[in-house]
Amino acid sequence: MMRSLKGRLFIILVVMTGLVWLSATAWIYLNTRAEVERVLDARLMEAARMVSSLIDSQEIDVATATLEPPAIAVDPRSPYERQLTCQIWSLTGSLIGRSDGAPNQRLSDHADGFAERVIDGRAWRVYAVTNTKLGVQVLVGDNLDIRARLVRDVVKGLLLPMVPIVPTLAALIWFGVGRGMRPLDQLAAGLAQREAENLHPIAADHAATEIRPVVAALNGLFGRVQEARERERHFLTYAAHELRTPLAGLKTQAEISLKTDQEAVRTAALKQIVTAVDRTSRLVRQLLETAEAEAAAASARSGTIRLSHFLRETVADQAGRIEATGGRLVFDASLDGVEIVSKEILLALAVRNLVENAVNHSPKGGAVVLRWSPESAIVVEDEGAGMPPGEIERATDRFFRGANRSSVGSGLGLSIAKLCAEKLDGELELTNRAPRGFRAALRLA
Amino acid sequence: MRILIVEDDEILGNGLTVGLQMNGFTADLATCRGDADAALRSGGFDAVVLDIMLPDGSGHELLATIRGRGDATPVLLLTALDTVADRVEGLDGGADDHLGKPFDLDEVAARLRALVRRASNRPTAHLEWDGVRLDPAKMLATRGGEDVRLSRREFKLLHALMERPGTILSKAQLEEKLYGFQEGVESNAVEVHIHNLRAKFGRSVVETVRGVGYRLREAGR
Repeated sequence: MMRSLKGRLFIILVVMTGLVWLSATAWIYLNTRAEVERVLDARLMEAARMVSSLIDSQEIDVATATLEPPAIAVDPRSPYERQLTCQIWSLTGSLIGRSDGAPNQRLSDHADGFAERVIDGRAWRVYAVTNTKLGVQVLVGDNLDIRARLVRDVVKGLLLPMVPIVPTLAALIWFGVGRGMRPLDQLAAGLAQREAENLHPIAADHAATEIRPVVAALNGLFGRVQEARERERHFLTYAAHELRTPLAGLKTQAEISLKTDQEAVRTAALKQIVTAVDRTSRLVRQLLETAEAEAAAASARSGTIRLSHFLRETVADQAGRIEATGGRLVFDASLDGVEIVSKEILLALAVRNLVENAVNHSPKGGAVVLRWSPESAIVVEDEGAGMPPGEIERATDRFFRGANRSSVGSGLGLSIAKLCAEKLDGELELTNRAPRGFRAALRLA
Repeated sequence: MRILIVEDDEILGNGLTVGLQMNGFTADLATCRGDADAALRSGGFDAVVLDIMLPDGSGHELLATIRGRGDATPVLLLTALDTVADRVEGLDGGADDHLGKPFDLDEVAARLRALVRRASNRPTAHLEWDGVRLDPAKMLATRGGEDVRLSRREFKLLHALMERPGTILSKAQLEEKLYGFQEGVESNAVEVHIHNLRAKFGRSVVETVRGVGYRLREAGR
């Protein structure tokens, strides 16, 4: 398949035009030949009858007759000068007379009417008429080569102009196609000149009807790219902003540990630095996870997930963390045998952040329970302090950290879980448990 | 000098508190807008270090509240979004200075001293009174050109008195200058420090106004 639309159109148009021309030529050729044959045959017939009647009326002495070229007005220099040849044979078979240039050999030995014969390598068309009264047969012949030349010349006259016309026509078609395609070229040129930052929609008002869907699709794409870019820019600004506070904390604590002369103050500052590094690296990881969730939503494929196995693997690292404080991670029996179809990356991100959040807020010796609820939700429950009711609504805002904050929280965990839930067409439900604790339900579509 | 730090990040808040204390300030930490507002209502702060992002509102809002009730305490804004628009909003909203995160502790301390100095209309960084000279940045005290060794609290006490010679400061006001909210105050701490100052600078240096408080003689009298 040809890549260039312009080239494709050009070739189609040229081939079509050529075909039309060729068929016209063929039709004219056939028509002309038939007409030439009809006219010349009629002339042959007429000439033969004329000769026969001339003999008959005794105006020409048969014995001495020589036939002059017939009285058809023909330019003497024309190649058709000597067109007709006449022979008069007696019925007994002797040549009584012949026209100038006619062969001695009998032009035809058939009965009256038309016949074709080759004599001395020349093809003849002959008309014979028998004059029974005088006992002669008049043969009038026509050289077929001449006929062919006549037709050939007519067709040549038609085809010759094509030599200059075809390139001219091709050029005109090429130019015309170019003109016709100009809106597309303009669109392409406009797009090519665009800077990467320019995502303004293309004006569709003046676009041709055929191009308008393309323009609309492009504008739609621009819109989506713009949106994604805005989101990214906003996110980067936010991330840079959020990293500055922990960095400031780190720097301050480092300055303290360098300057102080009290061992206790230095130790305390160094401990703060360790915590700050943990928190900052967690913040960085979660920032990347947020970006990952955004990207995965578009590209990740759904697959069948064996929930019990999947959850154990996903939160394996959290078990160690909670056991270090005497607590435990419980996988409820309701998870056994459950299989769901979902996007694994997003689900893992959501669950890991929910469980991490629960572990962070668990009291010493508290349990974090994962279960499968009948309304097809993965539920994570802890025994922590829960959230003041007013905060639950804002809990999934990026960087929101409530009153019952953990020392390592970044304010991103629940927002990542919610983002993943949305990307999975699901829902994240957060509730306080009675008498204490917090419950996060990731309801899947 | 007593400073209120308003910062919700525990590590940074702790670092600022400890760091400013090391620089000779008395520092208190508030981790949300509500606490900060309450602390400022009680008064006694020479300057505020204010973070913009707070869990229960923004630093800008807090700034509007305190300026709205006529509180002119100098405010140093800590900004993470170090953009011109951000700085302009802060300064127009009543902040006296701003500093982008992350920052040097020394710079925070220097800017706070400058803010307090400007607020009290003093042209120089050091304080002088009757041959006694205090350099708050270096925490150095001299008398007649000779170093006088002072403890941190003695220095703070003298500093508080020298900021407004002739003005009487009550015992409670002096305690506020010396101790943060979290620090326990022994009942006779101010008396002990005054006693030590008199031992180092001479009996007449600090006047006791019976039943009211303490003051420095007005200079040259």
